[in-house]
Amino acid sequence: MTPSHSQINSDLLRPLLRTSWKFYVVVTIFLAIVVAALVSWLSQMFYGFGISGIRWPVYWGFYVTSFVFWIGISHAGTLISAILRLVDAGWRRPVTRCAEVITVFALMIGAMFPIIHLGRPWLAFWLFPYPSERLIWPNFRSPLVWDFFAINTYLTGSLLFLFLPMIPDFAVVRDKSTGLRRRIYTLLALGWRGTPKQWHRLESAMAIMAIAIVPVAVSVHTIVSFDFSMAPVPMWQSTIFGPYFVAGAIFSGIAGLLIAMAVLRRVLHLEQYLHPIHFENLGKLLLVMALLWGYFVFNERLVTYYGNEPSEMAVFWRTQRESFAPLYWTMVIGNFVLPLVLMGIKRFRTITGCVIASLGVVVGMWLERFLIIVPSLGHKYLPYSYGIYRPQPVEIIIAGATFAAMTLLYVLFVKIVPIISIWELKAGDHQPPDGSHPIAKKQSLREVEG
Amino acid sequence: MKWGMAVDLDRCDGCSACVTACHAENNISTVGADQASRGRAKHWIRVERYWEGEFPDVRLKFRPVMCQHCENAPCEPVCPTYASHHTEDGLNAQVYNRCIGTRYCANACPYNVRFFDFFNPSWDKPLQLQLNPDVSLREVGVMEKCTFCVQRIKATTIQAKAEDRPVADGEIKPACAQACPAQALVFGDLDDPESAVSRLSRSSRGSKLLEDRGTKPAVTYLSRQS
Repeated sequence: MTPSHSQINSDLLRPLLRTSWKFYVVVTIFLAIVVAALVSWLSQMFYGFGISGIRWPVYWGFYVTSFVFWIGISHAGTLISAILRLVDAGWRRPVTRCAEVITVFALMIGAMFPIIHLGRPWLAFWLFPYPSERLIWPNFRSPLVWDFFAINTYLTGSLLFLFLPMIPDFAVVRDKSTGLRRRIYTLLALGWRGTPKQWHRLESAMAIMAIAIVPVAVSVHTIVSFDFSMAPVPMWQSTIFGPYFVAGAIFSGIAGLLIAMAVLRRVLHLEQYLHPIHFENLGKLLLVMALLWGYFVFNERLVTYYGNEPSEMAVFWRTQRESFAPLYWTMVIGNFVLPLVLMGIKRFRTITGCVIASLGVVVGMWLERFLIIVPSLGHKYLPYSYGIYRPQPVEIIIAGATFAAMTLLYVLFVKIVPIISIWELKAGDHQPPDGSHPIAKKQSLREVEG
Repeated sequence: MKWGMAVDLDRCDGCSACVTACHAENNISTVGADQASRGRAKHWIRVERYWEGEFPDVRLKFRPVMCQHCENAPCEPVCPTYASHHTEDGLNAQVYNRCIGTRYCANACPYNVRFFDFFNPSWDKPLQLQLNPDVSLREVGVMEKCTFCVQRIKATTIQAKAEDRPVADGEIKPACAQACPAQALVFGDLDDPESAVSRLSRSSRGSKLLEDRGTKPAVTYLSRQS
C-alpha cells in the first residue's frame, strides 16, 4: 500500500506539529544525564584530572575510546547516504536523513572528547592555527593537529550534506504552519519556491557533496587511526590501522543507524515508510562489514603472531588470553559471531534480529577501541613501567552520557525536521525497490512542486 | 654542544639518592602514598629493579632511568603545541606553558619517563620550605620530565660566556649526578671527544636503552661486569 502525497505530509509532519507529554519526559531524562556529565567534567577541572582513572603509564582511557567510537559511528551517514545516492539506489530514500543526522551528531559528540580529555581544556584553542601573540603555529607534524583539520572538514561537509536536502522540506513545513514557526521555517527554507532552476541547483550541489564527502570520510577515520599508528607503541604501529579503522567505523555506523531506525519506526509509527526490506538491506551490509572486520582482525592478529616481536607478543597474549581476554572475546562475539549468525541466516534477518546484531556490534566496536588503546599503553617496553587502568566514576559517567546526548539531540532534531525526507520520498513515488519503476527524475521532481 | 649522560651500572647500588636529589632540585611535588599507588608518583629519575634467576640464586639488577633526551624523540613530533621540542644543544625540552595536556608525548615515549600533573603541586610539610627558586612550578594538567637540570646548564654556560671561557668538562652536574655517592652518573658534552661522558659512551660496555626503537638516546648505559 502506497501512502498518498497528502498522507505522507501529514504522517511525516505529525511529530513537528504535535507534541505529547512523553516528549517532555524523554527530553528531561536525557537532559539530566547530559547535565550530570557536564557536572562531572567541571568537577574534573575543579578538583584536578586525578579524579579520573588515567594514570602513569596509561595516559589515554575512556575519553579517547569514546572519541574514536563516536567518530566511527559518524560514518553511518556517509556510506548510506552518499554512496547510495551516487549509485541511485531507490530504497535509500526513507533512510538517508536518519543516517546523515547520526553523522552530524556523532561527530559533534566525538569532537568534544579531544577537549574533554585535555589536561588544560581551557587552552584548547591553541590547536587553532591563528597568528597568536605566542608567535608559534600548531605543530603540523602532530596527528592531533591533523585530527583537528580532518574533523572540522568532515563536520562542515556533513552539515552541508544534511542541510541541502532539508531545504525543500523546510519549505513544506513553512507552507503548513503559522505564526512564529512559519517565520523560523521561512528563514530555514532560504526562499525555496521549487522552481526548476532551484531544483537543478539543489541536485548539482548534492551531487558535488555526495562525491566530496566520501574521500573526506575515509580520510577522517584514517587520520584518527594515525593517532595510534604514528606512535611507537606495541601493537599500535601497524600499517593496517587506516583501512581497519575505516571499516570498523562504517561497521559501527550501520549498526547505529539500524538501532536508530528501529526506534524511530516504533516511536513515530513509521511502519509505512521504514519497511522490513530496508532493515534487511542494511542487515546485509552489516553482514558484509562484519566479514570485512573479521578479515582485518585476523590479519592484524596473525601478522603480529608471526612477527613474534617480544613487546608486541606481550600485548598480544594480554588481550588474547590473559587479563583482557574476557573483553576481547566479548568483542569477537559481538562484532563477528552474532552478526554472522543473525544476518547470515535469512530467517533471523528481521527487524528484531537486526537490532540485536546491531547492539552486539555497538558494544563490540566500543570494546575494540578500548582494547586497542589500554592494553598497549599499560604494557609498553620496560616491564618496570607496566600499569593497570581502572576507570573512575567521572569517566564512566561522561562516556555513558554520550549515548544520552546522542538520543537527546536526535529527539530534538525529530521535533524540528521531518526525519524522512518528504520530497525525496515523493520523488521516488515510494515504490518498493524491485527495480521495476524507473523514475523519470526530472518529471517526478516537478510533480513535487505541485 | 650536545649534552649527554653515561650511567655505569657497575657502580649503581640502587640507593636512590639520585631520586631524592632530583625531587629536591626540580620542585617535583609529592603526591602521597594513596595517589602513588594509583600511578600518580612523579619520578623524573627512577631506579628500576630487576631480578634474575630463581630463588635462592637471585641476582638483583638496578637501572636508573631518566629521560633519555633522544635525538629522534618520539614525543616531539606528536605534540600539537611544540611543548615538547628539541633544543640546539641536544636537550629534549618541555615547555610547561605551552603544554595543554594531550598526554600524547607520554604515550609515544617508549621509556615512560614523562609524568602528568594530575593535581596542582603540594608538598608534605616542611618540604614546601626548600623549593628551588630556579625551577618553575607546574600547574595541574601539564606534562613534566627530566630536563638534565637545564637551570644548572644555563647558569653555568651563561657564567662561562660572561667570563669568555669554555665550559669545563665536569663543571655542570645535574642533581642526580652530584648526589650519586658511587659516581655512577656522568654528565657532559658529547660533542667534545675528550670529555668524560664521551669516553665512557664509546666504551665497549656501552649500550642504549631500547636501542632497536631507533630513538638515538643521549644516555649510554655501561653494562654490569661483576
